Amino acid sequence: MLNAVEITNLTVKYPDVKALDDVSFVVKEGDFLGIIGPNGAGKSTLFDSMLGLNTKYDGTIKFFEEDIKKSKKYHKEIGYVPQKPVFEKNFPATVSDVVRMGLRNESDENKIDEILQQLWIHELRKRRIGELSGGQLQRVFIAKALVNNPKILILDEPVTGIDQQSIELFYSILRELNSKQKITIIWSSHDLDAVNQLANHVACLNRTLFFHGESEKFFSDDDLVKQYSEASMQEHMHHH
Amino acid sequence: MSFEILTYSFMHRALISGIAIAILCSIVGLFLVLRRYSLFGDAIAHSSFGGIALGLLAGVYPLWTAYGVSIISALIITKIKDRYNISGDASIAVLLSSGIAAGLVIISFSGGFTIDIFSFLFGSILLVSVDDTILILALTGAILIVILLLYRQILYSTFNEEQAKVSGIPVEKINYLIIFMAGITVVTSIQLVGVLLISALFVIPNVTAIMYGRGFKQTAIISMSFSVFSVVVGILISYIFDITPAGTIVLLSIGLLGITMGIKSAGLLSKN
Repeated sequence: MLNAVEITNLTVKYPDVKALDDVSFVVKEGDFLGIIGPNGAGKSTLFDSMLGLNTKYDGTIKFFEEDIKKSKKYHKEIGYVPQKPVFEKNFPATVSDVVRMGLRNESDENKIDEILQQLWIHELRKRRIGELSGGQLQRVFIAKALVNNPKILILDEPVTGIDQQSIELFYSILRELNSKQKITIIWSSHDLDAVNQLANHVACLNRTLFFHGESEKFFSDDDLVKQYSEASMQEHMHHH
Repeated sequence: MSFEILTYSFMHRALISGIAIAILCSIVGLFLVLRRYSLFGDAIAHSSFGGIALGLLAGVYPLWTAYGVSIISALIITKIKDRYNISGDASIAVLLSSGIAAGLVIISFSGGFTIDIFSFLFGSILLVSVDDTILILALTGAILIVILLLYRQILYSTFNEEQAKVSGIPVEKINYLIIFMAGITVVTSIQLVGVLLISALFVIPNVTAIMYGRGFKQTAIISMSFSVFSVVVGILISYIFDITPAGTIVLLSIGLLGITMGIKSAGLLSKN
């Protein structure tokens, strides 16, 4: 199996704090990695660096063996679903328009219908994007991320505004993408149970990487889970 | 009302130039409005006033100096805004006032206001020459081609810069391209509505079209149609009743906006 992602000694310094400190891990092609960690653990910084939005880091990030600072080819291998899609509420774009924005090869129009059907949002294709619910929006952004057949899907899980039914559907979509279409998934989540059910690998991040390995190993180690939950809980209390 | 006016060649030139400018302003304006840059057209127009004054003083065709000054100052202000983290509305205010201030100082050097200045402030579409018409058509064609070629990149970076960057679109270059095209569009449109009313052509048809709740292409087509309607009807009415074309065109487009708001309040704009 190829290394889909290879992160080596990744350090990101902000003026008063290290957001990430010497983080290294490898994601094999076909893996489903769940990244967990309390708020402020550096998950967003990690994603920003992987996506090319933050270039001020030490260390290296490689997609399919190529350093992202040296080759821009990686953009077309990645589909990205943001935590909170930001856009002008009145933006005159339909669901199809938004998915089409992601489409590199404009002759692949059929691909748009195909992906909308796969994600159960084909009947919404002519609706304005600002009229959708949180769960529907999330699926539209997954569709936009998938329309170029990326090899890696990176998702920042939304934490609010999504109903339980949509969350279940979202999880089943992820499972299918990984198991049937063999897409490598990197997914940041707050939901430990869901990570346990879906991901085959887990990375626990709190500025440094304090665990990375098979999810069975993580979830069968009560100490690790307890340690994570406590750190997370402390952060949670701290934030409220 | 007679159709005789449609046989005058100055009227042909006015209508052809007017339609081209209407289409151009509405599509470039749509991207500016969606980027919350509605007043940017206004700011470029005001900075072009400095350019026009410079041209009149130097004895150069004022629109050429206006193109130069507007585009350069728009690019500089964008750079300053990014570098010093000045908000969009404040940077527009800086650009707007510096153009007028420079213009006023240059004009007082050259001995005060003349009739030429007024035609640039309020437009003079019935006076466009054959050369002007050709230039307007050429620039409109060139900008429309650029927009068609880079349609996805421009739309995506207008929708969400961050995601556009992730998918490999050179967002900063696209932003400068839009500013550059806005500069050309504004100066080209000065002959139709003048410096003071340009932002109306950029903003009003688009705000109206967005209310119809359609997708991007349909919204752009609705906006262009409203814009062309206001310009054509505005030019004809202003000639027949001997009133200013610029004011008439802008009032007509405000009328369309008012009607649209009425239709919307009455609940007649159904969602799909």
